[in-house]
Amino acid sequence: MRIKVDRTRCTGCRLCTQICAIQNYGEINPKKAALRIEAKFPEPGQYRPFVCTQCGKCAEVCPENAITRNDIGAYVVDKSLCTNCEACVPVCPVGVVFQHPDLDHVIICTFCMKCTELCSTGAIVKWDKAPAAKSEAAPEAEA
Amino acid sequence: MANGLAGTTLRVNLKTGAVRRLPTDEALFRRWHGGRGVTAKLIYDEVPRDADPLGPQNIFILNAGVMSGAFIPAGSKVSFGSVSPLTNGHGDSNMGGHLGPALKFAGYDLVVFEDSAPRPVYLVIDDDRVELRDASKIWGMKSLDCEKAIKDELGEDFEVATIGPAGENGVLFSCITHDFGRQAGRTGQGAVMGSKRLKAICVRGTKSLRVHDLPALKKQVTEIILRTQKHPNMEPWQKYGTAFFIRWSNDNAVLPTYNFQTTHYENTDKIDGDQLVHKILVTHKACFGCWMNCGKYTKAVVPGKPAVYLEGPEYETGALCGANLGMKDIHHVAYINWLLDNLGMDSMSGGGVVAFGMECFERGLITEADLEGHALRWGEVDDVEHFLDMVAHRRGIGDWFAGGTKRAAQKIGKGSEKFAMQVKGQEMSGYDGRWAPGMLLSYMTADIGAHHNRSWTITVDMAEGRERVEGRAKIVIYLQHIRPLFDTWCICRLFWGELDITPEEIVESLNHITGWGVGVDECLRTSEMIWNLNRCHYLERNRADGRTFDYPPARSWEDKIPSGPGKGKGLTREQIEQMLDDYYDERGWDRRGNPTRELLEDLGLGDAADNLEKIGLLGEPLPGGIPKVRGEKYKPKAF
Repeated sequence: MRIKVDRTRCTGCRLCTQICAIQNYGEINPKKAALRIEAKFPEPGQYRPFVCTQCGKCAEVCPENAITRNDIGAYVVDKSLCTNCEACVPVCPVGVVFQHPDLDHVIICTFCMKCTELCSTGAIVKWDKAPAAKSEAAPEAEA
Repeated sequence: MANGLAGTTLRVNLKTGAVRRLPTDEALFRRWHGGRGVTAKLIYDEVPRDADPLGPQNIFILNAGVMSGAFIPAGSKVSFGSVSPLTNGHGDSNMGGHLGPALKFAGYDLVVFEDSAPRPVYLVIDDDRVELRDASKIWGMKSLDCEKAIKDELGEDFEVATIGPAGENGVLFSCITHDFGRQAGRTGQGAVMGSKRLKAICVRGTKSLRVHDLPALKKQVTEIILRTQKHPNMEPWQKYGTAFFIRWSNDNAVLPTYNFQTTHYENTDKIDGDQLVHKILVTHKACFGCWMNCGKYTKAVVPGKPAVYLEGPEYETGALCGANLGMKDIHHVAYINWLLDNLGMDSMSGGGVVAFGMECFERGLITEADLEGHALRWGEVDDVEHFLDMVAHRRGIGDWFAGGTKRAAQKIGKGSEKFAMQVKGQEMSGYDGRWAPGMLLSYMTADIGAHHNRSWTITVDMAEGRERVEGRAKIVIYLQHIRPLFDTWCICRLFWGELDITPEEIVESLNHITGWGVGVDECLRTSEMIWNLNRCHYLERNRADGRTFDYPPARSWEDKIPSGPGKGKGLTREQIEQMLDDYYDERGWDRRGNPTRELLEDLGLGDAADNLEKIGLLGEPLPGGIPKVRGEKYKPKAF
């Protein structure tokens, strides 16, 4: 299971970042979301969603072994082990490991899929299919 | 606070540079429901009645209300307010985008700017850090260019609102621009910003917004999202935004064409929503928390000019800068939209002003000698570009038009007042009311001058009879109460109008956010209170019976529609007088258009009654007393 992104469909509404923080932190605060939308304006006029691709690089560099894979295949942070040391932040190839001034641990996608449920344009969708070929691997998500 | 309020109000004195942090007045927000209600009350209480709207005694307000930023359909709005230089009454204007939520997430509900800065400044809010910065390097820049320059310096995650040269130069219909295409266009709020030498407002916030019952709000709004995703109107709205309505307006004889001379445009198929989607669309664009994405980001290419990026043209701009100017190419309409956005002028009033200038030129009331050797002809984009440059910089007769059509007509004379399409100094929206009497009455009586967001009745007029005026006043009053409520709460009203979210559902969300436990009727009553306060404010500033300000230009009754499906249709002066009589009766005002003490005291506005009495403008008591209920519930059909 992965999250597939179609950039051409994103409208920049940030409903995904809202529901992400509500679901995972019980707070209305898009800065606590585990995904991000880049806006490229005025030119070329494009939104670029970035979501976790489950590459596992954050887990590889974690000195505390605080990031492990759970039973649905998501890399999750053990908040009691995470020291917020930042090692995982720069290694994320799509920039979706976050820190927040309120929190003593990093924010990483839990694969709750709430963003895919509420995205109304098909920009972020749940993708159950296992990648068969490189060209099909979570299109655009790695960009 | 767990009530939708961030908790802090900023008072920024632009003259001294002092920034005061005050706890947000919860009682004030509760009584006036935030947004434009709080703004109306503050302006009424704090701005002297003889203060120049462009002078230091006016205040300028940035207000995120109680619902902006919350998990709510299109909780994206921010409301600006001050005494309007265009109408000389209460002025407010709102925009979507992301600025209102950012203000909440930074920890603020309200920013009140006092006095005027000695030198150009811009305000930067970065959570707890609030500072006025020197704007000398960005003063003079165009709106969109300025937003880009600020984002390049501060970072992409700052939300930025700017004014352009028009606002700096005191063009009375100047707008505020944000998110590369969202505008607070109406009532000249950009001119007030310019008069205070406030070039831009930049906000970044990382805090959480606390609400009364988040689990209940999450459950309710999630259900609404999943339900409305399947609504039949969703697909056309997502695809076209409001632009698909150009054709509908033309087919139904309300599309303003050639400065409201007729309501049928022979080139509609060259400027309508299909043209936008197929020829100039770059990407769909949404405001914060909105899954309707009515924003259309586009690229206009006009031979001999640089390609330009803009948001729009949405319906109002498409009508007023398209058919109303005789444009025959969607690229041309979009290019004019971009010119107005970047110069920092409202594209609704801007379209109205250019159309008025074109009709004056056609009639020989202004000539090429007045226009620095240029013409001003229907459908000619080069003519428009030169004329707008004269207006934005107030060169020559551009200065006359910089005051809007009403003031320009006063300068030009020769009968031009008849076709200056405005009420109270503000230009009409993109609907001709001659065969839609409720729409005309809506323009005539709106508290901020002719603007459709207070009341829109085209489908009501079609359902109830387009030649009948009887019974229309009650419906207009209801709409004047419910539609501005969305601006008061700082959310978008389109989910109510187009996707059938009920007022009860929205008030349920309001209660989940605020914990107020209110019902729809109480909210409507609050809206009525705001409406009447603004009426009193207008009378106190302009010192004459209200009725004298409520007339549309004479074209509205002297000229019948000359072509198209509405050919020969039109209202008489007697019908217009009858609508006003009905309207005042239904509102609990006297026939001079002045609110009565009985009504004002019923709404808790006894002080305003005292103020009107002192200047001889309090309404005479009504023989049968005021109506118990003002307005009649009506849901116009979605289009």
